[in-house]
Amino acid sequence: MIEVRAITKIYTMGDNEVRALDGVNLTIGKGEMTAIMGPSGSGKSTLLAILGCLDVPTTGAYALDGISVEKMSDDQLAEVRNQKIGFVFQQFNLLARTSALDNVMMPLIYRGVSQKERRKKAEAALDKVGLRERMHHRPNELSGGQQQRVAIARALVNDPAILLADEPTGALDSKTGTDIIRLFQTLHRDFGQTVIYVTHDPFIARHTRRVVRMGDGQIVSDEAIAQPLEAGAPRPSDLALVTSPVAG
Amino acid sequence: MNLSENFRIALRALSANKMRSILTMLGIIIGVGAVVALMAIGQGATASITSQVEGIGSNQITVFPGQLRGGGRNALASTQQATLFLSDYEALEREMKNITAIVPSVQANSTVTYGQETVSVNVTATTPDYVSVNAYTLARGKNFTANDVARATRVAVLGSDTAADLFSGLNPVGRKIKIGGVSFDVIGVLEEKGSGGFGNADNLILIPLETGYDRLESGSLVRSGRKTVSSIAFSAANAEVVEQVMMEAERILRREHGLRPAEESDFSLFSQTQLLSSLSTITTTLTIFLGAIAGISLLVGGIGIMNIMLVSVTERTKEIGLRKAVGAKRSVILTQFLVETLLLSLTGGLLGVLVGWGIAAAVTLANLITAQVTWESVALAFGFSAAVGLFFGLYPAWRASRLRPIEALRYE
Repeated sequence: MIEVRAITKIYTMGDNEVRALDGVNLTIGKGEMTAIMGPSGSGKSTLLAILGCLDVPTTGAYALDGISVEKMSDDQLAEVRNQKIGFVFQQFNLLARTSALDNVMMPLIYRGVSQKERRKKAEAALDKVGLRERMHHRPNELSGGQQQRVAIARALVNDPAILLADEPTGALDSKTGTDIIRLFQTLHRDFGQTVIYVTHDPFIARHTRRVVRMGDGQIVSDEAIAQPLEAGAPRPSDLALVTSPVAG
Repeated sequence: MNLSENFRIALRALSANKMRSILTMLGIIIGVGAVVALMAIGQGATASITSQVEGIGSNQITVFPGQLRGGGRNALASTQQATLFLSDYEALEREMKNITAIVPSVQANSTVTYGQETVSVNVTATTPDYVSVNAYTLARGKNFTANDVARATRVAVLGSDTAADLFSGLNPVGRKIKIGGVSFDVIGVLEEKGSGGFGNADNLILIPLETGYDRLESGSLVRSGRKTVSSIAFSAANAEVVEQVMMEAERILRREHGLRPAEESDFSLFSQTQLLSSLSTITTTLTIFLGAIAGISLLVGGIGIMNIMLVSVTERTKEIGLRKAVGAKRSVILTQFLVETLLLSLTGGLLGVLVGWGIAAAVTLANLITAQVTWESVALAFGFSAAVGLFFGLYPAWRASRLRPIEALRYE
């Protein structure tokens, strides 16, 4: 599904070279739900952007669904993003003054879906996130949690192979954040959706079966969670995540 | 992804941000409107000044008796002696080439009465051509004829101000006036000429030349059997031959007056060459002025459009990043912004032309100046604004579309 080999990402800032990613290897299978964790500056968001084809690695190989994407042109990447990837941002990134429905329909326009079909699919996606009755509302008429759910509906509308989320709960209060995680768990469990999200919060990360920890642009640990938390469970006092390493 | 779909995206983006669209368009409207209005007003000013100067009759040359010293008309009056004769006029008329008309005139200030009204007017005894040489036209009635000159009939043509002073609204044609106590029939009234020449060109009375010798009591009009004239005016065939015509006239007159080469001329030739040169200075200045106005307003308008386009499109870098993130290709994004900026530039340009036209019309209606909207200024303003709008609308969109989506999304 996702196969990343020896990926680096180097930013040049003046004379300084910043290695945001420094030789990352990662394989994530279909239908997995994974959290990528780490402090800020650890490279977790950079990795997610590369996984989502929003950015390209400086060196290294990345195969998505068996297709090598690291050498793709800008337009080819746009097509991959459109058809295989749903991306959810910390700041929602909805178009202002545009209805929820129109926001969700946007990826379908670029896929060349007919107008009638677009509306049907967008409504179905909004239904999945429980916002069908608010589809004519604009972002400023929706709460933060609702806006994030519209953004998730937009990410789901093209039936993407993977759903990626960068700090999806970062701009939300803990209760609303829990709702978003619950939605991810439902999508994962009921629809077999591959979900990868980035968080700096060990509690949020613990809602998945697999937690990848990053530090200084490298993967420091890759752990399986024997008993992931159910969304809505109380925050445990002991957040030790170590159980057993993921096989393979 | 077809064009109509693209059109719909652009329209939706424009209508989703009505305020931004209106403000952007306003920038273009003001830019284009200012250029069109200013150029129309400048054009109107040029046309008005040119027509006023042309009214003077710029190829005209006048011979006055006496030597003009020190320059200016007042100096002329003080040195004026009766040293021009009707025979000089006849010699010039016989021998001059490259002139279109030649007119002698005898002038005398006379008291003119109609009923209770009495005015003092410069009465000019002349030939019928006086009217055309001095660029007059008749408002009412008719001019006198060569026959009137030959028979010394007592008819008069009035200037518009004189007619108004004497008759205060009545139609003067067919009525009788007294010039120096002698009764004259008014047969015509001249069209108002307005200022632009020397003195008041509309306060005068024209009578046939021979009638003047018979009836004007200025005393010294006939000196030792020779008829004198106050001035002889003629028009050069065109502006290029004015100098040449003047030299020719001087040669003939010196011969007629029997002057030896060392002797000073006892007459003065006055051409409007000075006026012509000052006229060309005026029109050159106006042209530069007009060009500067157009240039500055285009610049200001262009900068306005540039700013608003740069700001409003750069502000949308994030939107471009988002559209790319969900799968829009660069060409699709550029087409969207092309359609958007085209719509804004063309609609704004069109409205701007209307606004400029409206301002020009308002200025004309307010009687300030007759503004002239030229299609060149419309094309220039419209074309320039559309080009500036298009470039500065597309350039930031092009730049943003080249960014990786993650970079564009990070833009604040």
